Amino acid sequence: MNPEVMHRLQFAFTVTFHYLFPQLTMGLALLIVILKTIALRTGDERWDQAARFWGRIFGINFVFGVVTGIPMEFEFGTNWAQFSRMTGGVIGQPLAMEGVFSFFLESAFLGLFLYGEKRLTRTWHWLSSVLVFLGSWLSGFFIIVTDAWMQHPVAYQINARGQFEITSFLGLLTNPWAILQYLHNMCGAVITGAFVMAATGAFYLLEDRLQEYARIYLRVGVTVGILASIAIIFPTGDLHGKYVAHHQPVSIAAMEGLFHTEKGAGLVLMGQPDETTGQIDNPIVVNSVLSFLIYGTTKAEVQGLDAFPRDQWPSTLPLLFYAYHIMAGLGTYFVAVMALAAFLLWRNRLWTSRWMLWALLLSFPLPYIANTAGWMTAEIGRQPWLVYGLLRTGQGFSSTVSASNTLFTLLGFMGLYTLLAILFIVLIYREISRGPGVEAHALTTH
Amino acid sequence: MMGVLWFWLVGCMIVAYVVLDGFDLGTGVLHLFVAHREDERRMVVQSIGPVWDGNEVWLLAGGGTLYFAFPWLYASAFSGFYLPLMIVLWLLVVRGVTLELRNHIDVGVWRALLDGLFAVASLLLTIFLGAALANVIRGVPLQADGYFFLPLWTDWRPGVHPGVLDWYTVLGGLLACTALTLHGALWLSLKTTGEVERRAARLVPVLWTVVLVLTLLSVPATMAVQPATLVNYNRYPVTYLLPLAVLGSLVATLLLHRRGQAFRAFLGSCAYLACMLVGACWGLFPTLLPATTGADRSITLSAAISSPYTLHVGLLWWIFGMLLAILYFTISYTMFCGKVGRVSRHP
Repeated sequence: MNPEVMHRLQFAFTVTFHYLFPQLTMGLALLIVILKTIALRTGDERWDQAARFWGRIFGINFVFGVVTGIPMEFEFGTNWAQFSRMTGGVIGQPLAMEGVFSFFLESAFLGLFLYGEKRLTRTWHWLSSVLVFLGSWLSGFFIIVTDAWMQHPVAYQINARGQFEITSFLGLLTNPWAILQYLHNMCGAVITGAFVMAATGAFYLLEDRLQEYARIYLRVGVTVGILASIAIIFPTGDLHGKYVAHHQPVSIAAMEGLFHTEKGAGLVLMGQPDETTGQIDNPIVVNSVLSFLIYGTTKAEVQGLDAFPRDQWPSTLPLLFYAYHIMAGLGTYFVAVMALAAFLLWRNRLWTSRWMLWALLLSFPLPYIANTAGWMTAEIGRQPWLVYGLLRTGQGFSSTVSASNTLFTLLGFMGLYTLLAILFIVLIYREISRGPGVEAHALTTH
Repeated sequence: MMGVLWFWLVGCMIVAYVVLDGFDLGTGVLHLFVAHREDERRMVVQSIGPVWDGNEVWLLAGGGTLYFAFPWLYASAFSGFYLPLMIVLWLLVVRGVTLELRNHIDVGVWRALLDGLFAVASLLLTIFLGAALANVIRGVPLQADGYFFLPLWTDWRPGVHPGVLDWYTVLGGLLACTALTLHGALWLSLKTTGEVERRAARLVPVLWTVVLVLTLLSVPATMAVQPATLVNYNRYPVTYLLPLAVLGSLVATLLLHRRGQAFRAFLGSCAYLACMLVGACWGLFPTLLPATTGADRSITLSAAISSPYTLHVGLLWWIFGMLLAILYFTISYTMFCGKVGRVSRHP
């Protein structure tokens, strides 16, 4: 067994599972603030009740996010020791800041938000939801700063011991890659939150119960959903893509399945890249669109994979191609479905359009897939580097931890996380079937 | 100078973690014994529910700080203690989930299962935390490249190639287990009422006696396993006040408990834990991780410290962040101060 592959598999598995939870909590945090703000301004108890329900869903997701997140910080050291030793002075910084600035904030005020409503005034309770939102979004920012430095190292130098150290703290935090990736990523989180909220509303309407709450959820979910679905493509996705094309041209070539450098390169919508023959099987291509998307003109030359030495191609190239296409395809679908729903909402026909409600209900898993595929695109696209252009993945893992030991712990994580997934589904299913507005709800107390 | 400062700042974060998460770990160990009926269990869970997560953040914040201030130590120790750390991670997962979700389950059998898992995970965590500290004091078989890998156990004897568990680290584990359980019992007698409070209070003298015996045992054991811990004490004899403070706070804890001053007794236990940890750090300083394979391979402060710019910038945001954290903790603990009600229902 190859130890590098085992370390990568374990990190990929644990981080993929982990991010199923924060993407919802970050998105929901914003939606809960919206619900609480309307409740505070109108004094309408139903919006408070609606927020309480999502607070419970948030709480369950938060727990799973916390417990699956702790391993992530540890795994930098346990599985990627050589990488940590060389880069700790740089990326240890945002990782520590995440704990100090966001987790303390989030945990303290989530406790108050969930368990302290009776002890707080309405304004303070609203404020606690805002602070939870702030904490969770800050946490996302610090993680993206960490990842962005690995993708696009800035403001660093290499010292006499061969370790990276930062030369500008501000430069690290304002890495353009980080800003673009953050905006793009947060749109993704909001889409997950919005689709889950809209799907829950659709579920209640189709079930013909809890209409009042269902309409609140649909109204908020669809309104926020359409805005975020547009923003994730334009401007954030567009800008981020162009930045990647500029700084990681080989990744873009692999994502798009462009094996040969071309003028007026076409956009491959579908197909299967074949690394040995260097072509796309069963391609569906739109002429010249790729050149236009990257350079704004249909005539521009786009570098293909053949412009780069083979040892710089992203490893597992087909997976990168598929991940990227799944993300982009679903992103397009989100705009379509949310635009339709928003139109029906505007014409006041959404409540009765059962086909639309079914579409919204069945779409809720898709943002999870799109977010996962997006992260796979970013991280596989970075290969074969840990720190782009500077430190190869094969030089970063813990050489003292054998492949056998890593397999042992990977199996452990798989078993444990399977149980967690079952428990999570049961709990969320129960909360949703019970619904908002159920008083004397003894099961959420502490 | 910066190195010395960061050594103690990380030390403070570890103290904060042990003192704060310590009481909810101890509460976890005890809850099956002190709470029998469902309403009693709920009271116990309620006493730590709103705060345990914030307490655990100290572990993450401390780990992150260690990461950027001493990257080599972080890399070497975390990969070397790979297996025990993974087990700790699994236990943290189990503990967090079972604690938070037991109240969402209304089937008695499953809730009993979660309660049991919560207790077992808490118990094992206290043992592993103590064993971890004992491992750092005893030292690890560092290779020439600055890395090592420890098996879980070898021949149960500290030596050049020990395992994570040997008689010395098991002693450390048991000491941490009983000390944190005592800490939890004092927390429960502070926060709960009725039968739960009485049962917790009754356990205090028993646990206290065991903690005292194990603390006294740990002194000669440490001197035998790692004689270098005495160097700093002998150079600055005034620091022998530390072990005295350990004993003093332990005695004060019991006396205050007997007088029914639950809050002060709890503070006494906090002081005991803090003095123990500071005493251990002082014994190590300026070594961060001693090598059993020869002192020249030990990871020292000056070799592992990050660059000056990193540490300067870090200090600025660290101080600011800590002030904020203290503010949040003050708000949160003030809001949930006093005894917890029997079962307060969600609005």
